[in-house]
Amino acid sequence: MTHTLMALAALFSQLSLLSFGGGNTILPEMQRQVVTVQHWMSTQEFGALFALAQAAPGPNLMIVTLIGWHVAGWKGLLVTSLAKFGPSSVVTVLAMHVWNRYKDRPWRGIVQRSLAPVTAGLVAASALLIVEASDTGWMAWIITAGCAFAATRTRIHPLWLLAAGSVIGLSGVGIP
Amino acid sequence: VRTARILSRALRPAHKGLYAIVTKYTAPTRSTPPGSFHPSHSSAPAPPPTSAQLFVGFLTLGLISFGGALPHARRVIVEERRWLSPDEFVELLGLCQFLPGGNIINMSVAIGMRFRGITGALAAIVGLIAGPSVIVVLLGIVYERTQDNVYVKHLFAGLAAAAAGLLVAMAIKVVAPLLPRWEIGKQRERRRGDQRKGQLKEPHGAVDAPAPTTASAGTVRSKVPATRTGVAALIALAGFVAIAYFRVPLILTMAVLVPVSIAATITLERRGRRP
Repeated sequence: MTHTLMALAALFSQLSLLSFGGGNTILPEMQRQVVTVQHWMSTQEFGALFALAQAAPGPNLMIVTLIGWHVAGWKGLLVTSLAKFGPSSVVTVLAMHVWNRYKDRPWRGIVQRSLAPVTAGLVAASALLIVEASDTGWMAWIITAGCAFAATRTRIHPLWLLAAGSVIGLSGVGIP
Repeated sequence: VRTARILSRALRPAHKGLYAIVTKYTAPTRSTPPGSFHPSHSSAPAPPPTSAQLFVGFLTLGLISFGGALPHARRVIVEERRWLSPDEFVELLGLCQFLPGGNIINMSVAIGMRFRGITGALAAIVGLIAGPSVIVVLLGIVYERTQDNVYVKHLFAGLAAAAAGLLVAMAIKVVAPLLPRWEIGKQRERRRGDQRKGQLKEPHGAVDAPAPTTASAGTVRSKVPATRTGVAALIALAGFVAIAYFRVPLILTMAVLVPVSIAATITLERRGRRP
């Protein structure tokens, strides 16, 4: 148990410091570690936890909390939350002190513009892996494509799309 | 929700891209153009919040923010609680995006820190994640108890597929500005950024060459981005392939790609500035 908690702490504190450009960039690494390296759950379970977290309110990546809880109960939840939100928060606190001195320096803009394409690649990788993880038959593909289209082309609230997907899924058509 | 939707619809045509997705939600509304003085009662700053108020404010924000916290964050922090002015919000968001960690998570820490130091920062972040953590675990319990039920299984399969679709949409929005045909919109936006920030975009300009006038900078820049988007697209592609296909550890991928990207940005921007 202690070993598991240590592994959770090590993994999520590392991810905390690597998550530039929002939470979705670290999903693939999270999946790789949780599924392939540590064997804490299957790819499908990871996809299900991601979906649950998306359906809940709150900041991105509540999946982190859910993974901690799933793997090691309440202790896991606490350790994971602390590891995921602690290190980046410490960085934020430190940065608040020096921000006014550096915010107009040219290198800040350069670094920010340089991170953008890296982030974009990582988010695209996340999308591909999550689509694979949620692939349960042809209807799943249709729902995914439909939601992606609707979310790009219309201003429908995401919660409606999640609800619609669930209802279509409930019909059982095209899902074994 | 409706306010946020109307706001984002109103601001939609002006913005594209990663940076722009955020500006969409954070740019001042039409009634208060950037830089304008706000004499109206609606934007008068509130007195500094106590730690308890920070906790309650972010607890509320955490519980209402379905489908991403950013649009809700602006409404709660700027419009309802008036802890920050619109400009302060944008600036703080700039910092939070620059740092590792979720934008809203970082923002809660930054705002708490600003008003009440470490205690305030703790109150804000704990408030923000407490509600969603409880809800997500309750959902997890329901899921684990019922996952053998065939209806539940189907429902979650549909939910998971829809959630994946939303992530695909996000990826499209983030990748689209890196593709050449979106460049025109981006250029327009960059020029607007130049007007706002003045000399900020011209590092080393005074050293290498006489400071470029706005006009010459504009013409030079119009040639550069084609290469730059090409390089940016390549870097994004490299990251995608490394992570999605070769499953390279994230830390290794970032250790290679971030320096390469920074070097490319510096080289191309410097070359673009030469006459």
